[in-house]
Amino acid sequence: MEWLTDLDWELVADSFWPMLKGGLTGTIPLTLASFSLGLVLALVVALMRISSIRPVSWLARAYISVIRGTPLLVQLFVIFFGLPSIGVTLDPWPSAVIAFTLNVGGYAAEVIRAAILSVPKGQWEAGYTIGMTHVQTLRRLILPQAARVSVPPLSNTFISLVKDTSLASLILVTEMFRVAQQIAAFSQQFMVLYIEAAVIYWMFCLVLSAGQDLLERRLDRYVASSDSGARRSRRRLRRPAAARVRVEQVLRGS
Amino acid sequence: MSGLNKSFGDHEVLRHIDLQVDAGKVLALIGPSGSGKTTVLRCLNGLERPDAGTITFDGGPEVTFTPRTSRRQKESLRFRSAMVFQSYNLFPHKTVLQNVIEGPVQVQRRPKAEAIADAEALLDRVGLADKRDQYPHQLSGGQQQRVGIVRALALKPALLLFDEPTSALDPELVGDVLTVIKELADEGWTMVLVTHELAFAREVADQVVFMDGGVVVEEGPASEVLRQPRRERTQRFVHRLLNPF
Repeated sequence: MEWLTDLDWELVADSFWPMLKGGLTGTIPLTLASFSLGLVLALVVALMRISSIRPVSWLARAYISVIRGTPLLVQLFVIFFGLPSIGVTLDPWPSAVIAFTLNVGGYAAEVIRAAILSVPKGQWEAGYTIGMTHVQTLRRLILPQAARVSVPPLSNTFISLVKDTSLASLILVTEMFRVAQQIAAFSQQFMVLYIEAAVIYWMFCLVLSAGQDLLERRLDRYVASSDSGARRSRRRLRRPAAARVRVEQVLRGS
Repeated sequence: MSGLNKSFGDHEVLRHIDLQVDAGKVLALIGPSGSGKTTVLRCLNGLERPDAGTITFDGGPEVTFTPRTSRRQKESLRFRSAMVFQSYNLFPHKTVLQNVIEGPVQVQRRPKAEAIADAEALLDRVGLADKRDQYPHQLSGGQQQRVGIVRALALKPALLLFDEPTSALDPELVGDVLTVIKELADEGWTMVLVTHELAFAREVADQVVFMDGGVVVEEGPASEVLRQPRRERTQRFVHRLLNPF
């Protein structure tokens, strides 16, 4: 515990701002860019996976399998260090965004697929019966309902991604962890600086979890009762849980 | 419809069904579970694709089903018919009003203000004007089913289809829904009704069709089929439903 008594508070204070800056200009933009692009990709892959056209469904299945079956670090290295050997050289930042997007695309596709399948078939039929096309029904009726169910698992993916972006330090992207590494190498205070980095990651994730709560509450308004607080909290407890069970069942069945 | 056939795999659910509903009349489809009555209804709404047969609406469309019939042709039936489901199938993320105007505004491209005015008038008719901004989960089953009926009416269909509209309801809520259907019948809407409520069928239907095993066993005026069925199979079914013990 010697390190604790010798704790260099000045170093902690001096390194806080550069690390936070690394987080705000590296970690967060990298996470936001990869997650948004990854969600779009995931939606496409999920729809392909559900498709009744066999080859399309198999392609999506293969993609998900590769992404989930290989380490993120390997994916990152293949893109940054591997692609140049076939003539494609990318800067660290685009490499990282591409790798994380592909990764989110694979994981979130399964969440979105399960969420879409958790919407009762009757909702599709009700859409068709009022004359909607498949796409209209999906966009206006199914996805809004699937969105509510997929918020908790997608928040998980999002929060994991915030932390996974630290891997980008290995391909020289200047994000929070790389800043921590640089200061640590210079000052030789590894324990202090890495714990400080951990605390900042944790703070980011606390903010994101609060955001998840807000979003869940907003999307839950149509299952929550407006006339009785007690009923509201009871339903909030019951409904998302039931929906989550359905998602888990679908995921298990895959 | 004439000569309608439909199989699921090896199982033939409909065998050469011929039915006709005159404009302004009500046809009740009765029969045991699995007799194919709901499938008939779903074919009329383009939710199922018959293997063979023709479905014709006065003033179009007329769709003859072959393996080559396109999805678009099948779905054209939807522009003349509207369905009320057993389990309501309201959109839970939309308010009552949004449920009702979704079809008119998004599909029929009618002006929103006009669709809202129509929807409000229809909701008022079924006694739900004050519920327009509530979500489906805030309503009772009977109220939800009345919204389901209004959602169908708002499309101004030539043919209204009811798939056991009261089967999912608490017994004490059935009356409200049946009253609404009865009023629609009296107003001259053309309807096909799948139901187990024989007393109600006798009350509102002009014509009753009894189906079993994918075929029409007996059909005729409601008073005849339900009071003095000719076929032995129909007699047994009607007797069983009227005397469950």
